[in-house]
Amino acid sequence: MTALLRHGRYVLGENPVTGLAFALFVLLVVLAAAGPWLVPYDPLASNTAEALKPPSHAHWFGTDQLGRDLLSRVVVATRLDLTISICAVMIAFAVGSAAGVTGGFYGGWTDRLIGRVLDTIMAFPLFVLAMGIVAALGNTVANIVYATAIINVPFYARLARSEVMVRREAGFIEAARLAGNRGPRILAMHLFPNCLPPMMVQISLNLGWAILNAAGLSFIGLGVRPPTPEWGIMVAEGAAFIVSGEWWIGLFPGAALMLAVFCFNLLGDGLRDLIDPRRRT
Amino acid sequence: MLRLIGRRLLAAAPGLAGVIVVTFLLTRALPGDPAAFFAGPAATREAIEEIRRSLGLDKNLTVQFGLYVRDLTRGDLGKSLTTGQPVRSDLISRLPASLELTACGLLLAVALPLGVLAATRPGSWVDHLCRMLTTAGVSLPIFFTGLLLVYIFYFLLGWAPAPLGRLDAFISPPRSITGFFLVDAVLGGDFGEIGAILRQLALPAITLGLFAMAPIARMTRAAMLGVLSSDFIRTARASGLDRRTVLVTYAFRNAMLPVVTTLGMVFSFLLGANVLVEKVFAWPGIGSYALEALIVSDYAPVQGFILTMASLYVLLNLLIDVLYGVIDPRARIEA
Repeated sequence: MTALLRHGRYVLGENPVTGLAFALFVLLVVLAAAGPWLVPYDPLASNTAEALKPPSHAHWFGTDQLGRDLLSRVVVATRLDLTISICAVMIAFAVGSAAGVTGGFYGGWTDRLIGRVLDTIMAFPLFVLAMGIVAALGNTVANIVYATAIINVPFYARLARSEVMVRREAGFIEAARLAGNRGPRILAMHLFPNCLPPMMVQISLNLGWAILNAAGLSFIGLGVRPPTPEWGIMVAEGAAFIVSGEWWIGLFPGAALMLAVFCFNLLGDGLRDLIDPRRRT
Repeated sequence: MLRLIGRRLLAAAPGLAGVIVVTFLLTRALPGDPAAFFAGPAATREAIEEIRRSLGLDKNLTVQFGLYVRDLTRGDLGKSLTTGQPVRSDLISRLPASLELTACGLLLAVALPLGVLAATRPGSWVDHLCRMLTTAGVSLPIFFTGLLLVYIFYFLLGWAPAPLGRLDAFISPPRSITGFFLVDAVLGGDFGEIGAILRQLALPAITLGLFAMAPIARMTRAAMLGVLSSDFIRTARASGLDRRTVLVTYAFRNAMLPVVTTLGMVFSFLLGANVLVEKVFAWPGIGSYALEALIVSDYAPVQGFILTMASLYVLLNLLIDVLYGVIDPRARIEA
């Protein structure tokens, strides 16, 4: 345990930005977990007497067109936004890495078939494909998760495939085979764990993109419906008021979105430096 | 060169075929009844059955796919319920607006050689600016950037016109020759008109440009730094070549290779971002057309939109391959 702590301190000392990103990440997780109990107002309670008020002492982030407290809404929205993107990335990771390691390990027609499917996904502009999937599957939050997962699958699959390819003929695999292990066991117990470090970096970098993607979908009116607090849809609601100068309605949820993406990107960069010092820029 | 293009076209065929299959599956094989979609929420059971027959949905999937491909080869994308027009003519009339916007955004992103400048002066203010812009470009949601620009340049400064489409409602559009307002206005030679069009175009194009610039500048900077520290650049400098020749002829051309490779991803993001920017600026392109249709579950326009976007993307990737051949003679020999 102390060794782990020492290592953690060494890592943070090496790159303070990663420490900042990690602190931000912890903050996001706390807000997502405890948000509804921390906020000063009910995020759904409207109060027309207080509508469109700029930030003040009573309402730190101001109020929207229905007089709802924006601070409460932005904080409560954290849970939904994080849940959507984390679920999407987890599904993409599970499906993508399974497909990638299988293709990379067995090669031949399995690999070609999987490759074809992935190429087909990549032949679309990804956000447009996500729009199409949500439109076809139906306009729900779950489908936003699936759509975001599908467009992320190729990245994991390609990474997992190349990681398996370079290790497939390695000595320790040969040894495992000689010891009588069968293919699936070697794949799961010996190859896959070795592919995990670069995949973790990909997950972190991907989370930011998944949040942007999900928020983009709800910005154009897919998935999340009002009055549910969600950053993308809140920016969309604020868009109508930007031209008349009520900047706070769109700014705060947008800034929250930006901060979350920023946090995951920095975290991903930090993790990458940790795992592969050569790729530092 | 022609052989390369031909070969690449052939290589793009399976991708395009995949796109057609997926768009077909999206409408037909997924849960949800397309006949009910097309009939609308108020339709009776008989009406839905009738539509099912007229759309050929009572036949099996392979036959349906055959019919779908036959319609596609005729250029028939179905009819839009909202506009009452064939989807194809709707798309054709709205495509120039989208293309004009995307092209201007991309031109803005490419015209500023920020990555090159940052790489030649690491640690300088250009480098810091580059890092700031690339970080902002990756972390800022594009619709948020657009709204920020509207707030600053329309509401606070009053420099830009209201974000309401391609042209002020009181100005008549230029005589349509190509459908690209900018080109038409230049052909018409009316400077007032060109100015009005540029003013409307500026903010959305800058929004897209910033978004596209981030990955391009980041890649360019990394690639230029790598090339500039290589032996052949040192040799070129030692041989007394002037700075310009070393930078442009030797370093830039070599650094462009990895950048062109990543352009594919940039285009993918750019086409998606285009939809969001069109929504923010009420730009009457194919993206906002698809969004209008999406809201009322009018599937034919959405399908046509996805097909158009995917075909555009395949074409852009083809362009990247050709560009690669132009920059790197080795790619030409392999082809």
